[in-house]
Amino acid sequence: MNGGLRADRVEVRIDGTLIVDGVSVAMPPGSVSALIGPNGAGKTTLLHAIAAVQKPDAGVILFDDQNLGSMGRRDRARMLSLVEQDASTELALTVRDVVALGRIPHHGLWRDEATEDELIVRESLETVGMAGFADRVFTSLSGGERQRVMLAKAIAQQPRLLLLDEPTNHLDISAGLSTLGLLGRLAASGVSVLAVLHDLNLALAASDHILVMQNGRAVAFGPTEQTLSAELISDVYGVRADLLRHPATGRPMVAFSQQPLVE
Amino acid sequence: MGSGEAISTRGRLRRAVLNPQIAAGVLGAVLVASVVFAVTFGPADITPGEVWASVLHHLGFGTSPLTELRDGIVWELRMPRVLTAAAVGAGLAVSGAVMQALTRNPLADPYLLGLSSGASLGAVLVLLLGLALALPVAAFLGALLALGLTLALAGSLGRITPSRTVLAGVAVSALASAVTSLVIFWWVTGDSYREILSWLLGSLAGARWPAVAITFVALLVAGVPIVLSGRTLDAFAFGDTSAATLGINVQGARWGLLAVTALLTGAMVSVSGAIGFVGLILPHAVRLLVGPRHRALLPLVALLGAIFLVWADTLARTAFDPRELPVGIVTAIVGAPVFAWLLATRRDNA
Repeated sequence: MNGGLRADRVEVRIDGTLIVDGVSVAMPPGSVSALIGPNGAGKTTLLHAIAAVQKPDAGVILFDDQNLGSMGRRDRARMLSLVEQDASTELALTVRDVVALGRIPHHGLWRDEATEDELIVRESLETVGMAGFADRVFTSLSGGERQRVMLAKAIAQQPRLLLLDEPTNHLDISAGLSTLGLLGRLAASGVSVLAVLHDLNLALAASDHILVMQNGRAVAFGPTEQTLSAELISDVYGVRADLLRHPATGRPMVAFSQQPLVE
Repeated sequence: MGSGEAISTRGRLRRAVLNPQIAAGVLGAVLVASVVFAVTFGPADITPGEVWASVLHHLGFGTSPLTELRDGIVWELRMPRVLTAAAVGAGLAVSGAVMQALTRNPLADPYLLGLSSGASLGAVLVLLLGLALALPVAAFLGALLALGLTLALAGSLGRITPSRTVLAGVAVSALASAVTSLVIFWWVTGDSYREILSWLLGSLAGARWPAVAITFVALLVAGVPIVLSGRTLDAFAFGDTSAATLGINVQGARWGLLAVTALLTGAMVSVSGAIGFVGLILPHAVRLLVGPRHRALLPLVALLGAIFLVWADTLARTAFDPRELPVGIVTAIVGAPVFAWLLATRRDNA
């Protein structure tokens, strides 16, 4: 397989506890991959290992055949960006200031921001539909607005690999769908997208590939429709799951019900 | 800076009114004027013209029209003291802004790592126990010792995090302060009491040209690199993980900036004692005026810190002439109401 994100037997321990347990995946470039699994499955830790903010204890992570763990910080920051879950600041930065942070890897620590940077910042805000908020103070925004500004910051970084930790977390249904639509368009333009998603229906609707984690292990990986079966969901989440056809789009969707659990 | 859309929200207006480059130019001019005028204040009346003449004379241009006594007052007494005040004010204000950024704690000040307590202990040992060291040297060594202890404690698990840094500083400060209090309680006698109190509250009364040399070298060696590292500090706005994904060496930047900032503070404290308020409040005041981006903030914080301490010290030495106040008292008495006013009237930035 050429390019894309490849992880080979990645292991991460935090304070001695095995959190990510030998995950191997290969995600094709220019596609949207969803990372799902119950709470504590190791999704965020795997994402952080890929972003090289958490050093893996074993294994190799490659993107476009380059080792993400051993490349220079600046080069890596120009290649990938990460949208964290619940990122916060105490500083009264404007939305424009926040998005401009995404330009730091591109113009070094000394040079002034150029007109080109301002243009990219503005385009990034337009892309996420927040252009009218450029002069607002970030901390005064709602959770959903902040989430979209953080996405704009990641886009301004002009990554080839975009990692997102629950990007639809604070969004209402319409904003969530439009964010996922945006991720699809980014993928179509060549960006590889890997997003931790909690909502299985959003994952089903928006991802090309899906990685299912449970207890630190990758229990399934592949094209979304072929991979995510009712049995798999039942096993991993411990609920009864039924897959249906969406009446309008024809894509699969999942319905849950409590199954009698044997404790 | 300077994109020219016509969107005039409150945030935009704030930027337009206080363009950082223009503000820096204005404050720079105000600082030079402040130094000249501050030198004219004092028991002997001296005009700004005489100050210029004396300065030019000592820089090798022309002869001084002043009598030897008046020239001595300008050049040997007041000028070094005013220049020291400017350097100390700039250094403390910048150190405070950086400490607040690195620890993500608005209550952080330059003395957070136990520096002032360590310096006080060094100074008290000289003043009371007759330790055979020059006072600034002892204070600087005390500050370094406290810094070393704090960083060792904060980094004892291999990683240095904001909260561990703050807590380690609290522990080291408490210990050094307790020992200082013990020494004072046990050995202080009538005469030495005022000298010690004045040092503990911060004073520039003894500042001559050696103090100017110490503080300006510290500003050049430590202050300038810090002021130029604004973008690195900005990258920390959303925490360590975010900074790392922007290509910052998080641990390296944190250790480096903490160490350089501490050296800057240590040099200032060794000369002036632990002047309070400047490093805690001035960064907040400037943030209220120009916003929190460090690239714009740090040069302005330095300039405003310098101007503020020049005037605070002028007030300290002239208000109750011939008696002098510790400048640390003046900084708080003058600064706190000004800051309260800013806090009450500028709500979009904090």
